[in-house]
Amino acid sequence: MLKIEDLHVEVGGKPILKGINLQIDAGQVHAIMGPNGSGKSTLSYVLAGREGYEVTKGSVTYKGKDLLEMAPEIRAAEGLFLGFQYPVAIPGVSNIYFLKAALNAIRKHRGEDPLDAIDFMKLSKEKAALLELPEQLTKRSVNDGFSGGEKKRNEIYQMAMLEPTLAVLDETDSGLDIDALKVVAEGVNALRSPERAMLIITHYQRLLDYIIPDVVHVLIDGQIVRTGDKNLAKQLEKEGYNEVRGTLQP
Amino acid sequence: MSAATEQIDEILKKGYGAGFVTDIEQDYAPPGLSEDIVAFISQKKAEPQWLLDWRLKAYRRWLEMKEPTWAKVSYPKIDYQDICYYAAPKTNENAPKSLDEVDPELLATYEKLGIPLHEREVLAGVAVDAVFDSVSVATTFRDKLSEVGVIFMSFSEAVQKHPELVKQYLGSVVPVADNFFAALNSAVFSDGSFVYIPKGVRCPMELSTYFRINAAKTGQFERTLIIAEEGSYVSYLEGCTAPMRDENQLHAAVVELVAHKDAQIKYSTVQNWYPGDENGKGGIFNFVTKRGLCEGARSKISWTQVETGSAITWKYPSCILKGDDSVGEFYSVALSNHRQQADTGTKMIHLGKNTKSTIISKGISAGHGQQTYRGGVKISRGATNARNYTQCDSLLIGDKCGAHTVPYVDVRNGSSKLEHEATTSRIGEDQLFYCRQRGLSEEDAVSLIVNGFAKQVLKELPMEFAVEAQKLLGVSLEGAVG
Repeated sequence: MLKIEDLHVEVGGKPILKGINLQIDAGQVHAIMGPNGSGKSTLSYVLAGREGYEVTKGSVTYKGKDLLEMAPEIRAAEGLFLGFQYPVAIPGVSNIYFLKAALNAIRKHRGEDPLDAIDFMKLSKEKAALLELPEQLTKRSVNDGFSGGEKKRNEIYQMAMLEPTLAVLDETDSGLDIDALKVVAEGVNALRSPERAMLIITHYQRLLDYIIPDVVHVLIDGQIVRTGDKNLAKQLEKEGYNEVRGTLQP
Repeated sequence: MSAATEQIDEILKKGYGAGFVTDIEQDYAPPGLSEDIVAFISQKKAEPQWLLDWRLKAYRRWLEMKEPTWAKVSYPKIDYQDICYYAAPKTNENAPKSLDEVDPELLATYEKLGIPLHEREVLAGVAVDAVFDSVSVATTFRDKLSEVGVIFMSFSEAVQKHPELVKQYLGSVVPVADNFFAALNSAVFSDGSFVYIPKGVRCPMELSTYFRINAAKTGQFERTLIIAEEGSYVSYLEGCTAPMRDENQLHAAVVELVAHKDAQIKYSTVQNWYPGDENGKGGIFNFVTKRGLCEGARSKISWTQVETGSAITWKYPSCILKGDDSVGEFYSVALSNHRQQADTGTKMIHLGKNTKSTIISKGISAGHGQQTYRGGVKISRGATNARNYTQCDSLLIGDKCGAHTVPYVDVRNGSSKLEHEATTSRIGEDQLFYCRQRGLSEEDAVSLIVNGFAKQVLKELPMEFAVEAQKLLGVSLEGAVG
């Protein structure tokens, strides 16, 4: 599904990612853990195609195509979804209107007919219920005046609506209390499927108690320094990043 | 008579030998403005003497006036002697025979706006039977309106059929010498709409100039007069939501509204005149005076405007709140892209007790566009307990445009309350990226964000107008990013 090879990325001339290699297959859930400033968010933005992130070396292949060649909206239409760490507010645009425009843009790309209002509302109700998202929230302006937890739940709701093939979730757990965390995790788990891959970026191990990853990577200073199974996350939690860094880097 | 007018007079005489006044076969007046031209226009329209006198009075006052320079707009000097002030209603002779003959770019825009096919033909001025459909539609409406006593006709027709009403109200809100452009309009106005709603009548439908487009092609100096008698209600829609290509450069209209006791007038405009090209070549200079008088107690006047066109916009729809407890509202979205310049806003003049006004202005600048909100709130000594709420927000797209806010406030009593809020924001890279990550193209993203920004105003528009205005904002911003 996704193959990252020797990826080097600079932001404002400063190297951030220094040779990332990563392969994610359909049906897998990978987690990337790392301390602040290690390049976790940079990786998610590069995958989604944000401006200002310059790839100096390496390649990213997604479903057999060169991902880096695609405009951000094409990546989205091809099934790549990024759950933002800091979702942006769009005042005056209702959540539901926004999502309908997005979904129909994606459907158009796939050569499908747009969903009409009735089918869309049906789908929306179903997905909102999954995340225990109050229906009223779907009618408010996108992320405008949402609490931190509401914003994150809204991201997962959007993911559920858009049904991506590859979901990158950037620190979806930050700002969530334990109850909200469970709801979000359940939502994510419900979306796990053999056709879908997920890349979960997190600072803490906590989220991985609820979303059990197939593979865990440790990202430090722009490089993946260690890869293992779910137990690696637990080890990290116990020993801290410095220990891992110490034991791994000469 | 000044030397200049004398000279023009001479040219005129030369061109027409026997004198143009008697040459009734002539369809247009030669360029230039003089008392003779004013008389010519008046005669062409078979106007009564009092109206000719009124026009001449305006003309004489105009001669003494200077073009205002206080607005934040710059444009080449207008040569008022180089403009034709009268052209007979356009005939269908040179009109395109079918949509195949219409500029494809124009058709593409109609397509984007989702305008139904037969309406596109009307808008593009196609001389086909479909056009006559809409004329008959207009007639049907007129019958329905006359049943309840509503008068809705062209201004020229009203001069003939209801001279007493025209005489009573013309210039009662915007006096002949109110300002340079209003004086010019008063002297040479071509045509426009006349609406009269009798006492206690709620006008059964939205009145729109659209239906009148073919019945009477209005020229560049429109004059509109709307009178709402005691306890009546009318909603009036002005303008086409589709781009009107117009060869004329100067557009100086005057609109007067009078609301009597307990009457309500809702006036909505979607202005989309040709804005000129990317480099600011061509386009309409739109100098408009719009004013409403809340004459009676508890009367209400609402202006809602969406201004996306014109190279220059100079426009301040205002309310004079004379009646006690009367209400004035102004909702505006103005967009300037490319080299467009808009200096627009409102004046709320509180004279009566407990009068209330609300101003919501949303300015959007993109490209090299310049946008100025200019508003005046005046609360007189007698307007005790008056209230005003003003909110003006500016949205910037790109880094070459400008937004300016110039509010004037003048309060003469101690019991009134005023609130003013203003914000300036930019469409952020983060907002655009967020939208694109969800699958929207950059242009759709901009359109979505802008519509969200303008929503507070768009929701004041009648339903079908709002939908078109929404699309229009998107179309007007094409090429604004990237």
